[in-house]
Amino acid sequence: MEQSTFLQKSAPTATKSAALQEPRFVRYTLTAIALLFLSFFIVLPLVSIFAAAFQSGVDVYFAAITHPDALAAIKLTLIVVVIAVPLNAIFGVMAAWALTKFHFKGKNLLLTIVDLPFAVSPVIAGLIFILLFGAQGVFGDWLFANDIKIVFALPGIVLATVFVTLPFVARELIPLMQTQGTSEEEASISLGASGWKTFWYVTLPNIKWGLVYGLILCNARAIGEFGAVSVVSGHIRGMTNTMPLHIEILYNEYQFSAAFAVASIMSIFAIITLIIKDVVAWKSKSN
Amino acid sequence: MSSLTINKKSRRIIPGFHLSLGYTMLYVSLLVVLPLSMIFLQTMSLSWQEFWHIITDRRVVASYKISFGTALAAGLINALFGTIIAWVLVRYQFPFKRLIDGLVDLPFALPTAVAGIALTSLYAPKGWIGQFFDFKIAFTPLGIIIALTFIGLPFVVRTVQPVLQNIQVEVEEASASLGATRWQTIWKVIFPELIPAILTGFSLAFARALGEYGSVVFIAGNMPMKTEITPLLIMTKLEQYDYAGATAIAVVMLVTSFVLLFTINIIQWLANRRFVH
Repeated sequence: MEQSTFLQKSAPTATKSAALQEPRFVRYTLTAIALLFLSFFIVLPLVSIFAAAFQSGVDVYFAAITHPDALAAIKLTLIVVVIAVPLNAIFGVMAAWALTKFHFKGKNLLLTIVDLPFAVSPVIAGLIFILLFGAQGVFGDWLFANDIKIVFALPGIVLATVFVTLPFVARELIPLMQTQGTSEEEASISLGASGWKTFWYVTLPNIKWGLVYGLILCNARAIGEFGAVSVVSGHIRGMTNTMPLHIEILYNEYQFSAAFAVASIMSIFAIITLIIKDVVAWKSKSN
Repeated sequence: MSSLTINKKSRRIIPGFHLSLGYTMLYVSLLVVLPLSMIFLQTMSLSWQEFWHIITDRRVVASYKISFGTALAAGLINALFGTIIAWVLVRYQFPFKRLIDGLVDLPFALPTAVAGIALTSLYAPKGWIGQFFDFKIAFTPLGIIIALTFIGLPFVVRTVQPVLQNIQVEVEEASASLGATRWQTIWKVIFPELIPAILTGFSLAFARALGEYGSVVFIAGNMPMKTEITPLLIMTKLEQYDYAGATAIAVVMLVTSFVLLFTINIIQWLANRRFVH
């Protein structure tokens, strides 16, 4: 509506658009640069994964992804994700509730601490758990005496993954809940609803898309984490190898087709992640 | 009980303050603060001379230069091309735009190890792209820059895109109607608005690149003094059970990351202050 009246008013449209838009050759050149860059860095790598995966034939592909070590790696990765993601989701909601619904001293410091794992190299994220629970670590002797294995076992891999993916849900929810304020919750409480009821029926519907968004990102990183897990895993085949570590071993043994076959499964996960992300972004915008 | 007393004071009407804050504090203390403080605690066992000796070792210093140089190069490439990509995605129309927009996030979703082997096979001397160059790309610092550019790509695009979307057409119209050419409008009106976002995106990409491990180890070749990044050096020391050495280098990396994080916050604070006025 507004645009059509605007166009009617300004008769010399040609000069107007020339002042507001770049010349055609500039537009085409910039678009070409952007698309070329994305082809070289995004599209070609993605295509090459699938090409390399099927290079030695479909048989090799299915043999690779149904190999006992590959299945064990897939299973371990799923176990880690199933533990780490819900833990960080509950934490994310709790942290966002504390940081956005109340005022208290030291809030900015707490926010920075929540963000810290993003600033730490994955290798260091693994190292810190070695220093705590490794044989020479602070709790090393005690753990050995009680026959508890953390490092080079499942608990270590879970801990490293939880550390690396800790901020994802909180980071998504905090800005969202900040803009929503506290008035709806206050209304619900003053009308007599309990705290849980208020959270369940008032807050959660408001933040659900943000929560899903955070969960997806957290999940993607948890599945694919390499550096941190590599430090604490111990690389025991069929035991403590997650999918990314399994890919590394296959690749270093020059079993390229097998490595890319497992990589192609992870790429499909990544593509599904992107699709869900797009749908969620679209849903939350239309809300 | 406690909610009653709070209601009497008529201050915190919303419940769950102690529960949520207590849980948050416990969680970050056990999983972030305690583990990270181990790095500094472990370093205390070293004397200052020992610490200095480790972190200024020739091989270690070479790794700083490689890590810093390649991360900086990748950050600059991303600042330039990320801005162009954001501009094209916001301003122009072309086929499959929505699909391409979605693909920009691939580096966030794709495991770094998968990215690493894919880029290595592409840019290796006989790879799809590498075969067209008569110099080596994979297994040189150039290869590291390519991996780090991939990892950092979404940061600049995703910080610049919303700012560009929020610039109102009226501002550009005003500039044009006052006689500015299109180039002047872009350079003097639009670009200054984008600078904080570009800087933030650059710093995020740079910080991520400094610590990156998974995608780089495959493409780097990992030659000491030539293509060995600092995180890999920590890994090597760990494999030799040299925990003191690994931790000392980790301290240098951590301090660098914290300084970067601090810088990013200052940039954002300055940018917000500018827009308030």
